[in-house]
Amino acid sequence: MRLKRKDILAIEELTKDEIELILSTAESFKEVSEREIKKVPTLRGRTIINLFYEPSTRTRTSFEIAAKRMSADAINISTSSSSVVKGETLKDTARNLEAMNPDCIVLRHPSSGAPEMLARLVRCSVINAGDGSHEHPSQALLDLLTVKERFGRIAGLKIAIAGDIAHSRVARSNIHGFAKLGAEVSIAGPPTMMPSEIEKMGCKMFYKVEDAIRDAHVIMVLRIQLERQKTGLFPTAREYSKLFALDSKKLEHAAKDVVILHPGPINRGIEISSDVADGKYSLILEQVKNGVAVRMALFYLLMGGSRE
Amino acid sequence: MNRLLIKGGRVIDPASGIDGLFDVYAVGGKIAAVKPYEPSAFSLQPNDWTVIDAAGLVICPGFIDMHTHLREPGYEYKETVQTGAMAAAAGGFTSVACMANTNPVNDNASVTRYILKKAQEEGIVNVFPVGAISSGLKGETLAEIGELKEAGCIAISDDGRPIVSSGLMRLALEYAKPFNLPVISHCEDAWLAIDGVMNEGFISTKLGLKGIPNAKEDIMVARDIALAELTGGRLHIAHISTKGAVQLVRNAKQNGLNVTAEVTPHHFTLTDEAVIGYNTNAKMNPPLRTKKDIDAIKTGLQDGTIDAIATDHAPQNSDEKDVEFDKAANGIVGLETALPLSLRLVAEGVMSFNTLIEKLSTNPAKLLGLDSKGSLKVGADADITIVDLNKEWVVDAKELKSKSRNTPFDGWKMKGRVVKTIVSGKVVYEE
Repeated sequence: MRLKRKDILAIEELTKDEIELILSTAESFKEVSEREIKKVPTLRGRTIINLFYEPSTRTRTSFEIAAKRMSADAINISTSSSSVVKGETLKDTARNLEAMNPDCIVLRHPSSGAPEMLARLVRCSVINAGDGSHEHPSQALLDLLTVKERFGRIAGLKIAIAGDIAHSRVARSNIHGFAKLGAEVSIAGPPTMMPSEIEKMGCKMFYKVEDAIRDAHVIMVLRIQLERQKTGLFPTAREYSKLFALDSKKLEHAAKDVVILHPGPINRGIEISSDVADGKYSLILEQVKNGVAVRMALFYLLMGGSRE
Repeated sequence: MNRLLIKGGRVIDPASGIDGLFDVYAVGGKIAAVKPYEPSAFSLQPNDWTVIDAAGLVICPGFIDMHTHLREPGYEYKETVQTGAMAAAAGGFTSVACMANTNPVNDNASVTRYILKKAQEEGIVNVFPVGAISSGLKGETLAEIGELKEAGCIAISDDGRPIVSSGLMRLALEYAKPFNLPVISHCEDAWLAIDGVMNEGFISTKLGLKGIPNAKEDIMVARDIALAELTGGRLHIAHISTKGAVQLVRNAKQNGLNVTAEVTPHHFTLTDEAVIGYNTNAKMNPPLRTKKDIDAIKTGLQDGTIDAIATDHAPQNSDEKDVEFDKAANGIVGLETALPLSLRLVAEGVMSFNTLIEKLSTNPAKLLGLDSKGSLKVGADADITIVDLNKEWVVDAKELKSKSRNTPFDGWKMKGRVVKTIVSGKVVYEE
């Protein structure tokens, strides 16, 4: 099986069937990471470039490990040590990388839409590893996989996403993903962190976390970027943590079998209390584990099998 | 002395109330006569007359663009006075008012004279510089507005930037009065949505791009109208884009204030949906808005709230557009697509072709105090645009006369095209 598309740029453009194919493929790859020799020859001879314009530990490492476990050659470029600091444009960087004939470029970029631009410029596949406030499709896919494994389904579940929705690519990808698979999505956060007309995306908006997580099966807590405090979106970290952080008291409003997800890195005590982050509900490390499987699946579905 | 006869076309001149088959005679760069069509006139072509057969075509006073960026001096890689004038001529514009945000800024008479000298050397279309309101466009102190007027500026504007200080805007509206210079205001509140790159709404939310709410424009239009009332000054709102701003201008006019407004063809043609796909040729300031704003703009054109259609022709080099959306330069080229886009409003029934000529020629001439332009009355400058209303064509960005190619209308099917552009009785563009 291969996806009938060159690139993975956004959950918004994937169909329900495509998402389900990616998830089932990822499930089948999980076992590879449990082996003593954690490698399959599937993508031998393929070249994957991880091009990261933003700092990242989890996502970059996850893509790199996924590539290596598939026997692809993975090259990491972080822009702090590349020609980007000399002022090279994305267009020129793209053309130069293209000249080395890679099979896939994984792009993390602070500008929304940069992966779409890159995909237009190169013949190889492009995977969006997070662009600005737009989307982070592989994160949503690993979240979907984690939830599906726990509940055996997505359809009919209640999902709550809490935090800075306006600036979150994770939120956008997850709203699209969970809605496409039939879950009911609620979002919560202060009005200053809610983007315009967000409900049209297929979710319900609440200002109080307690209201959004009522009877929720899944609560996804987003990272609060502390630099945002400078722009005044919330008065102080102290007030945010008091009113909007997920703690064990607010958690009482959720369903009994609720699980907690967080895309990381966590600000302990700001958006989530430590006891909740480390508690029995938390699937945070399961997410990280599934991240590798989902990224192996994406590589396989874009590059595996015979070329068309 | 050049002698020109344009024969047998449908002459539309709102200023003199003419619409019918007439022959237009121009001698020495001025309109000499407009006579009822006489098929036998000059049937034996005399040597010293140029005769243009305009059967089936429309003859109207040359278009006047109140809002053009010619980019010279300083940004000649985007556009020059020459290439901008060629683009103007190809779009049927016989006169353009060019904005002051060049480098150096047109905030003193020497820059004004430089632009005018360039324009005279090229001799394509009339170029009327717009002087800066503030020295260096810094928004701190007034530019030498009196000298700018003496040197040939026909309006003042810090276009591209708002006048942040209400105090300075008050001074500008007051000080410009004795010079009869309209103050053209680029209206945006400087502190609201500082890093916005497109209209704020569902599309910006979906694309993860920072939004610019309508209020950013409305707040400043309201402030400037209040200052126009305070000072009795002459305020012109540039590139109006919001429903709220249209209503504010309408109210101001009803209250008898000296306030006028212009709209660009792209702001009544495209919505923020054009940005989908991160199309940097749909990035401009003010941003493309929504259907409800377009509807309000159309009503504003109909009821006279919006006086003029202006292009905000903003050439940008491809290197400034082929980048990430949030890093891309604002603006699009507009001179060569203004007429066919405006004709779509005529086809839709928003306004008559005669009203369109008022918005493209008669009114801009009045607003800028160009007494000898914007009409085909005897004695007026023989600036004439000849249009084939039925000509169908496809926009090809590569074929534009402008030095830049930044248009969102590449590949669009258009109906109606400029066939000839005549400045001072001389043909400067032929299709």
